[in-house]
Amino acid sequence: MATFRSHVLVCGGTGCTSGGSDKVLETLREGIKANGLDKEITVVQTGCHGMCEAGPIVIVYPEGTFYTHVKPQDAKEIVAEHLLKGRVVERLLYKEAMHSEAVPHYKELPFYSKQVRLTLRNCGYIDPDSLEEYVARDGYQALAKVLTEKTPEQVVEDIKASGLRGRGGGGFSTGMKWMFCAKSPGPKKYVICNADEGDPGAFMDRSLLEGDPHAILEGMAIGAYAMGADEGYIYCRAEYPLAIKRLLKSITDAEEAGLLGENILGTGFNFTLHVKEGAGAFVCGEETALMNSIEGKRGMPRPRPPFPAIKGLWGKPSNINNVETWANVAQIMFHGPEWYANYGYDKSRGTKVFALTGKVNNTGLVEVPMGTTIREVVFDIGGGIIGGKKFKAVQIGGPSGGCLTEQHLDLPISYESLTAAGAIMGSGGLVVVDEDTCMVDMAKFFLEFTQRESCGKCIPCREGTKKMLDILIRITEGNGREEDIDNLIYLGTQIKTASLCGLGQTAPNPVLTTLRYFRHEYEAHIREKRCPAGACTALITITIDPAKCVGCTKCTKACPVNAISGTVKQPHLIDQDKCIKCGACVEVCPFKAIDKK
Amino acid sequence: MSTATKDVAQVTKDIVAPWKGKRGGIIPILQKVQHEFGYLPDEAMVTISEETKVALAELYGVATFYAQFHLKPRGRHIIRVCRGTACHVRGSLGILERVISELKLHEGEVTTPDLRFTIEPVACIGACGLAPCVMVDDETHGRLTKDKVPDMLSKYE
Amino acid sequence: MPKISNLEELKKLRDKSIAETAARKEGRFRVIIGLGTCGIAAGGRKIMEAAMEEIAKRGLKDVSVETTGCIGMCQNEPLMDIVRPGEPRVTYGNLKPEDVPRIIADHLVNGNVVEEKVIGRPE
Ligand SMILES: Cc1cc2nc3c(=O)[nH]c(=O)nc-3n(C[C@H](O)[C@H](O)[C@H](O)COP(=O)(O)O)c2cc1C
Ligand code: FES
Ligand code: FES
Repeated sequence: MATFRSHVLVCGGTGCTSGGSDKVLETLREGIKANGLDKEITVVQTGCHGMCEAGPIVIVYPEGTFYTHVKPQDAKEIVAEHLLKGRVVERLLYKEAMHSEAVPHYKELPFYSKQVRLTLRNCGYIDPDSLEEYVARDGYQALAKVLTEKTPEQVVEDIKASGLRGRGGGGFSTGMKWMFCAKSPGPKKYVICNADEGDPGAFMDRSLLEGDPHAILEGMAIGAYAMGADEGYIYCRAEYPLAIKRLLKSITDAEEAGLLGENILGTGFNFTLHVKEGAGAFVCGEETALMNSIEGKRGMPRPRPPFPAIKGLWGKPSNINNVETWANVAQIMFHGPEWYANYGYDKSRGTKVFALTGKVNNTGLVEVPMGTTIREVVFDIGGGIIGGKKFKAVQIGGPSGGCLTEQHLDLPISYESLTAAGAIMGSGGLVVVDEDTCMVDMAKFFLEFTQRESCGKCIPCREGTKKMLDILIRITEGNGREEDIDNLIYLGTQIKTASLCGLGQTAPNPVLTTLRYFRHEYEAHIREKRCPAGACTALITITIDPAKCVGCTKCTKACPVNAISGTVKQPHLIDQDKCIKCGACVEVCPFKAIDKK
Repeated sequence: MSTATKDVAQVTKDIVAPWKGKRGGIIPILQKVQHEFGYLPDEAMVTISEETKVALAELYGVATFYAQFHLKPRGRHIIRVCRGTACHVRGSLGILERVISELKLHEGEVTTPDLRFTIEPVACIGACGLAPCVMVDDETHGRLTKDKVPDMLSKYE
Repeated sequence: MPKISNLEELKKLRDKSIAETAARKEGRFRVIIGLGTCGIAAGGRKIMEAAMEEIAKRGLKDVSVETTGCIGMCQNEPLMDIVRPGEPRVTYGNLKPEDVPRIIADHLVNGNVVEEKVIGRPE
């Protein structure tokens, strides 16, 4: 590394790479070289900025100019204009969804300006493959401080005082968990990082693993010291090849630098770290199932107690935390627990990363202090609903979570407030749905997922979710019965109390909360055989309004089953017997003459 | 056939070798074997069982538990259509249906007869910002529409 | 990567790495060089190189070297602006590379504007 006047940061996260950021990077490097700028400007590949939708993303420092949707040919223009002549390429600046005004600076983007990025502070800012860049951001200082100035007990106390709670779903006090494991008799103990991130629609862990891997290693090393462990595992899902690659590289680098391995920083503390690739089972995210999987067995949960802190991996005391939890540890130890506890709300301290997706204008990773309201996240940061449609609900917490409605928009987000409202913090998936989404279908979607992923060990979860799903399918197909709603509630409550692990204990949540807030939609399906959102295909009919149809024949061509007939310039007609309700005609009609109800 | 069988056994033995006498090797071994052959041939399973002294039933138990393992040959390219929440809300079912119809797969089929493609729905590939997404082999395709499907597929032979 | 075996070495690596990534921090001190078509034609690049060299030689921290397009004072190119925190921006013009070290030393470092080279104060 040498000193350069300007750094051009190119996002190399999964999202931007799929948009071609590799080629952009190459083109920038070539252009810089060809213009003889390679002594003064360097190109750096970073991790995800959390704004993947606007990707590929390029940022030019020191100005901090934020370019979006950059293609290789645009990269040439950035070299010719910005780097060579100092002229910002206006065309590529981020345009705010609501005002279509170009925003030149990173910091000024509403998407970022309202966030507090502690956990994600390095993501998109440093080269994740460079240990030096992490060190420049105070990396490994906390580990050094802990190893030389603090006893393991003090570290546990600090983590307790910070108020940090598990970011993997449960929200259990991290300090308490560490204390249990620390008190468990040694000598052999393990620390584990849960990077299985199974919650569909959530990608904050991926982003951290890809964008700031050393922060996770440092956090784990501190935890190992506090609990008396000398070995650790990172269990990462196989669907994240880039994350695995970066983890392996960072571990090798840290070992070479003497920051992992034997006699770390000359203090006599040893810690080795392995990466285990998951094999594609959602339930392996559950901590006891995960340990079974590391041991090479079927990933089925074990009954607790005994808790992992007493009897975990290979029967030894173990502590397992989520990626985001680990990623907070080093910063807490660096700045002190009071600093961290300063952020937050009520019993939920610090910040939380949410994966904001669905029908919002700005999708991406959003880190906000606990206590921020849902409205601020969805409307201020998320920029509101796509196409100005009506907000209907947010689904929080994935397959274990629930839906919240308009009445909850001003709810400050905390573990307790979400649970009280019927959702959960979960891993932080936040899916926004609008008036076109059917809540019964949404509940069915999640139940299909948990049903498929149920490991089958306990009966309430295996059979109960199947029964619930059958009922939901029946309802969405127009065969619902009056007693179905009561049965769903009865079954759901039973499954919640009787299941062995968190999968079954939470699987009915999406159904129960939609029943709580959108019971009328279930009733419309059952009693009137009608889907108010127009989403359940069995319950909709597609018709052409003869008053609006001008006979352009576009729909006839789009229909895959030739269900539409009519002569040019005459209103067309849909043969309801043939129609498969795919909606292809609705999409192509330029006159909005086709109705889906 | 006999030479092929010998190869399978030999290759499998080589994969198992470094794990002998160590714990936790089953899943990494299965992953490597599958990486080698594209699926888990019976022959390889028998060899693993012999070499590691883990019962064949237990091996199959593990292999069938995880979505990642396959006991039948698979296509040269794996199409993973994301069926995660973010993609669902943005129309991934339509994408899945289009892929199936493009590949002319019949109900219940996942691999094309010419072994060009195998299709498998997955729950979230972590590129939710680009929903709906499809991953073909290690390459992620985001912001898809049904009409972009044929083009995307044509890149893979 | 050489082995880091004690705190002292970790600290050294940190200081070095901070200096090397300093361009990504908005420097509180800014040197802005005009590199529009006219600026380049008038030798703006040489000014930039001289500025960078001087900053490196003095080991200055917290300085960002930025470029800007044409600001409509082409007859005075090459141009260089200096901004110190809390002080107005000063534009120097008709520069030669030899002028740069003095401007950096007197103005950027010590806060004394080099009046004879000033052509404007934009704000
Ligand atoms: C079915 C199921 C799936 C889970 N999946 C994950 C996951 O993908 N990632 C995760 O960190 N925790 C997951 N958990 C929670 C873990 O069991 C465990 O509580 C967590 O890793 C503890 O870390 P934390 O205290 O830092 O949150 C899951 C739990 C259940 C019941
Ligand atoms: S991958 Fe580039 S912003 Fe997420
Ligand atoms: S839901 Fe499709 S990538 Fe996450």
